[in-house]
Amino acid sequence: MKTIKTYVVALISALLVLSPVAYADKWSDQFPHIKATGDIPGECSYDAMSKKNYKGKTLKINTHAVPVMGEPTALHAEQFAKLTGAKVDVTHTPAGDLYAKAMVPFQAGQAPYDIVFGFSNFINDWKRYLEPVPKKYVEMKQMQDVTPSHIGIASWDGVMYQFPVDGDRHYLKYRKDVIDNPEYQKKYKADTGKELRVPQTWKEYGEMAAYFNGWDWDGDGEKEYGSAEVMKKDDLMYAAFYSRSAAYSKNPKTPGGFFFDLKTMKPLINNPGFVEALTDWVAATKYVPPGGINFGLGDEIGSFGGGQTLFSFSWDDAFVAAMQPDSPINNKVGAAQLPGAMKVWNRSTNSWDQGFNQAPFFVWGWAVGVAKKSKEKEMAFDYLCFFANEANHQADIGIGRFGVNPFRNDDFKADVWTQIGWDKDIAQSYVDTLAQMEESKNRVFPLRVPGTFEFNAALATAAAKALAGQLSPQAALDEAAKQWEDILNRVGKDNVRAAYSVGVAMEDNKL
Amino acid sequence: MNFKHKYVFLFPGLFVLIGILIFPIIFTIRLSLSGWNSYTPEMNFIGITNYIRLFTDDPRFWESFFRLSFLSVTTVILQYIIGFALALIVWREIKFKRFFRVIFLIPMMTTPVIMTVIWRTFFHESLGPVNDLLGNLGVEPILWLSDPVIAKFTVIIVEVWQWTPFMFLLLLAGLLSLPKEPFLAAAIDGASPFRKFVYVTFPLMAPISIGAIIIRLIEASKIMDTVFVLTSGGPGTATETSSFYIYIKGLREFQMGYAATLSFTYLVIMIISLTIIAKVLTKLMIKE
Repeated sequence: MKTIKTYVVALISALLVLSPVAYADKWSDQFPHIKATGDIPGECSYDAMSKKNYKGKTLKINTHAVPVMGEPTALHAEQFAKLTGAKVDVTHTPAGDLYAKAMVPFQAGQAPYDIVFGFSNFINDWKRYLEPVPKKYVEMKQMQDVTPSHIGIASWDGVMYQFPVDGDRHYLKYRKDVIDNPEYQKKYKADTGKELRVPQTWKEYGEMAAYFNGWDWDGDGEKEYGSAEVMKKDDLMYAAFYSRSAAYSKNPKTPGGFFFDLKTMKPLINNPGFVEALTDWVAATKYVPPGGINFGLGDEIGSFGGGQTLFSFSWDDAFVAAMQPDSPINNKVGAAQLPGAMKVWNRSTNSWDQGFNQAPFFVWGWAVGVAKKSKEKEMAFDYLCFFANEANHQADIGIGRFGVNPFRNDDFKADVWTQIGWDKDIAQSYVDTLAQMEESKNRVFPLRVPGTFEFNAALATAAAKALAGQLSPQAALDEAAKQWEDILNRVGKDNVRAAYSVGVAMEDNKL
Repeated sequence: MNFKHKYVFLFPGLFVLIGILIFPIIFTIRLSLSGWNSYTPEMNFIGITNYIRLFTDDPRFWESFFRLSFLSVTTVILQYIIGFALALIVWREIKFKRFFRVIFLIPMMTTPVIMTVIWRTFFHESLGPVNDLLGNLGVEPILWLSDPVIAKFTVIIVEVWQWTPFMFLLLLAGLLSLPKEPFLAAAIDGASPFRKFVYVTFPLMAPISIGAIIIRLIEASKIMDTVFVLTSGGPGTATETSSFYIYIKGLREFQMGYAATLSFTYLVIMIISLTIIAKVLTKLMIKE
């Protein structure tokens, strides 16, 4: 009798232990995207969504072109439709047109899309047309895991307008098999008298990139190059320039603004720090692959991810693409913080402060909101919550082309990445890099003011002219600063100051 | 017959005209006098502020306009020369005439954006087949899209490839409609093929040539898709044209009021310059 009891207890225990697995399998059978984890219980899990009934309703979404963000949007739309019975229409739009495609109907008082995807630096222009994220979503478990910096990026004056689905920052990616190679270290030392190591400064970055430019250093029969960078005007190149500028211009001794002096609202983008960064960048045109001056984000991902260059710096996508099992450089790459500089401009003393300075750039992430005029707000927020549920998020962040990057505390654990095949030391260096950036007290956040697009476009045009040799770095940035003054006058200095002060408070660690 | 209500029948056409032509122009003029942008989305009245900005503080627009003039005049001249040559070839009695006529028209039948994407792939400096082929011949990679001068010629190559068939079609139709008598007279006089072309074919084709050139100039002056896909106006602003610049100001930076100012100014300039060009061409090519 005792034996039977023991068996029954063992059987019940086994069922209890295995029930989550069986429960997970139920959903991963239908939705192979989450086969690695199965469904993970939560307010917006597959199981929770299957209990919703949106039959007869249509959800309209405007998102980015496939694959970056466009592919996961469409995939999760299909899953959401299957689970809830809703009809989901997804429209794909090129990155440069996302802003206008939402703004035109917003300003006309219409809502052709219930959900609009864009970039988090649109928040100031978009927030009056977006429905704040309801309290029940802000307080739910999956939201509690979002890092404070990404909650800050999605919010304005404490109100969350954008539902966090992505977290972005720029960092350095390098070919570990070259930088850590003892033979190349010896050769580099012999030829240059310097150490081959993960570049600590942009000058080191440039020297190493120039050295490893234009020859076959990985033995694949093809020439490799120094660096792949986003240099194409109108294709997010302004973000690359800010990344290169941060170390030279974000001085922890001079709080109160990186883009403008908050007190006077004088543009700072033509100060010697930015000019130094642009001068470095112009030099970089010599060590990018042929045509690299026209590389957009997709080209940069393809170039570094395909093993064409030694370095790259931008969002996570190129790194994750390089680490995918089908990549030719799988487990041959490393991550590190953006290089620093051995001097930083001090606008108070009008001189260079000597010494090492480093400043991570929290480039906006993909952002998404629900139109205030939408008639399907509840369904729209449920879709977004489902998009970012734990099972989907864990599957999405491992696919480089999806453009979904870490923004939750759990993402900063190496185990998450080793489970998808990353070497332990690479996974550790990756999460350490991200964590160091989160912990940094000298960060730069994206410009989020009225007319953001105009400011960034003016800067990008000027920088592009310098890269193309049409203007010197100083002349180009003087032109951009002049245009920024004009934009300020049109928009109103006080309007911009009021908005900019929020970003400055984040940079100065006051929020 | 005094039919007083005959004008009523004009109304449908008039309404369409007002709806699709007059109203948009008037609306554009009104919009150009406002400061409509992303942060003040309203039809406020700011007078001629936008026009003052355009004429005193926007060299980029004028640079893009002169660049556009260079690109459109160059492409249309090349299209005319090549199109005329091809039309002359298939105008004669040659083998596979119908086949060649269809072949020459294929580029025009393709979708410009898709073809430009394919051209961009061809010309990709490090991954495209053109530099790869040149590399096999020992030629260093050519910066088709990233050198400010070469990029302009790349745009010209794509435009000429795409739109020469249109010129070919118009000129071939013109050649086929020419009277036979002048050619018979020239043959009886023993004129050489060259003299026949210079003194008979070309003068007879002049009215059609002017029409074809003007039509293509109007089209070429709106060049946008090729630049957008091929170079995005770069490197720097080296291939930025007026329409692309207006697009950037209006739909990228959302300066609707200012973009309307640019559009209206551009429209006026184009009407004036194309009228002058048509008159000059008539004077040069048609001898009374």
